Amino acid sequence: MSSIKDIQEEIVSEFEILGDDKESTVFYIMELGGSLGKFPENERKEENIIKGCQSKVWLIADDVDGKVHYQADSNTDITKGLISLLIRVLNNRSPEEILNAELNFINRIGMGSIIGSQRSNGLSAMIKQMKLYAFAFQTKQNA
Amino acid sequence: MSLNIDQIRGLFPVLHQEVHGKPLIYFDNAATTQKPQSVLDALSNYYGRDNSNIHRGAHALADRATQYYEETREAVREFVGAKEAAEIIFTKGTTESINLVAQTFGRKFIGKDDEIVISTMEHHSNIVPWQMLCEEKGAVLKIIPINEAGEIHFGEFEKLLSPKTKLVSIVHASNALGTINPVRKVIDAAHAVGARVLLDGAQSTAHLEINVQELDCDFLAFSAHKLYGPTGLGVLYGKREILEAMPPFLGGGEMIKEVTFEKTTYNEIPFKFEAGTPNIADVIAFKSALDFIKQYGKPAIKAHEDALLAHANETMKPIKGFIPVGTAEEKVSVLSFNINGMHPFDVGQMLDAKGIAVRTGHHCTQPLMKRFGIEGTVRASFAVYNTKSEIDKMAEGLAQIARFKNK
Ligand SMILES: Cc1ncc(COP(=O)(O)O)c(C=O)c1O
Repeated sequence: MSSIKDIQEEIVSEFEILGDDKESTVFYIMELGGSLGKFPENERKEENIIKGCQSKVWLIADDVDGKVHYQADSNTDITKGLISLLIRVLNNRSPEEILNAELNFINRIGMGSIIGSQRSNGLSAMIKQMKLYAFAFQTKQNA
Repeated sequence: MSLNIDQIRGLFPVLHQEVHGKPLIYFDNAATTQKPQSVLDALSNYYGRDNSNIHRGAHALADRATQYYEETREAVREFVGAKEAAEIIFTKGTTESINLVAQTFGRKFIGKDDEIVISTMEHHSNIVPWQMLCEEKGAVLKIIPINEAGEIHFGEFEKLLSPKTKLVSIVHASNALGTINPVRKVIDAAHAVGARVLLDGAQSTAHLEINVQELDCDFLAFSAHKLYGPTGLGVLYGKREILEAMPPFLGGGEMIKEVTFEKTTYNEIPFKFEAGTPNIADVIAFKSALDFIKQYGKPAIKAHEDALLAHANETMKPIKGFIPVGTAEEKVSVLSFNINGMHPFDVGQMLDAKGIAVRTGHHCTQPLMKRFGIEGTVRASFAVYNTKSEIDKMAEGLAQIARFKNK
């Protein structure tokens, strides 16, 4: 499996192909949203909603053989696209890797100016929640 | 008279820019309109030449600033057709104007089991102040239902009225749907049971000719920033006898006649309600905004905006998945809609990428969105400087966006 760093490099080069054209970038992120796996209906509940996102985002995580397995969904396609990028980078890794991950691809592709400030805050909230899950699993594994 | 829109656009510096490499198309006018150069000049002239505190200093600058400030009050009086300038109070905006009425008129004249009537399509700023008052006083909030087109059920409204009704507070034109309410009839029916009427004019004052004496409304609240004027400034019109009977809102300088530690007597209206140093610069600049509107006249402005709305309805209709929200017979230039299968945020973000500024979400009207069973809408709202070719560009963009989910 490629490292967190390698996958980020991949994403950055994909976005570089799109260039400065904001329109195609936004369309691309929406398309990515379609690649997000199906979210279990019974988990679509209040306690799995991430606070701090303007659109609704549900996130759950499982510890599968010591690796963190994330599943997420949103009611907006652009947010789904953003989640799918995060999952692509962080899914099925050890809690340590996730907690130490430096997610520089977001700044490198200039996500802030692509999605605007409200969604950027939401994106930070998603990352925080993903790391929180990793932290919880790490604590359990070390107990 | 038909307007020279090119010439009008030339008066608005902000319109002439690119966003994301595309020419800006500004369709978020119901949130706030852009400001003509004359308003910008008035602001800069005030600070550059006349800045001083008003109604106080015995010097030339203070005299000048006071004179300009009061000239705006007179211009607002004329703008809404009030009997006298003393009935015009400057506030921070529609929100503060409504809160002022709730906290003064409401606290004094509305008590336990009294009723306040509002409609389903109110902005939160015409809901929450009344809920706060009802909670404090044990009064009851009654809601006028609406139909699928977004029009109030007048018959149901009449049924809500009784001698218990102390106030009807209703939006003149809806920010989320554009619906123009039949306020003339509302006011007459409310007065027939002895209730007072407050009109939320935030969305109507820029488009419709308003004469508070002919309408006979008791209060009118609106914001300068939706009228080509500065932000953070609004107006409360109230009938003299009611304003005089109301206790003051904020205590402090300017609003007093005489202060001793034993007792303070209050100043005359409007000063009784304008405690502290007001927003002098923006009040003075607001006159330039009113002059701008007067120069072209609201009938000509409305005719242009009506034509834009009709054109928008026509060009959007063929778009696959286009769902209009709010199809009232009488509307101001607001086009609220959804695209089948898409979240309004996504549509708004994609339009933004095309340089088109719209508003998305619940528009501070959550109960209204709930009534329609939707989370929000995309809203394009047009002003005097917008053009049919801008609308064509939006239609083109939307058709492309809609294909994303409506193949
Ligand atoms: C109908 C309506 N009422 C009240 C307001 C509040 O105005 P302001 O924010 O200027 O106080 C608005 C503004 O969005 C509005 O559209």
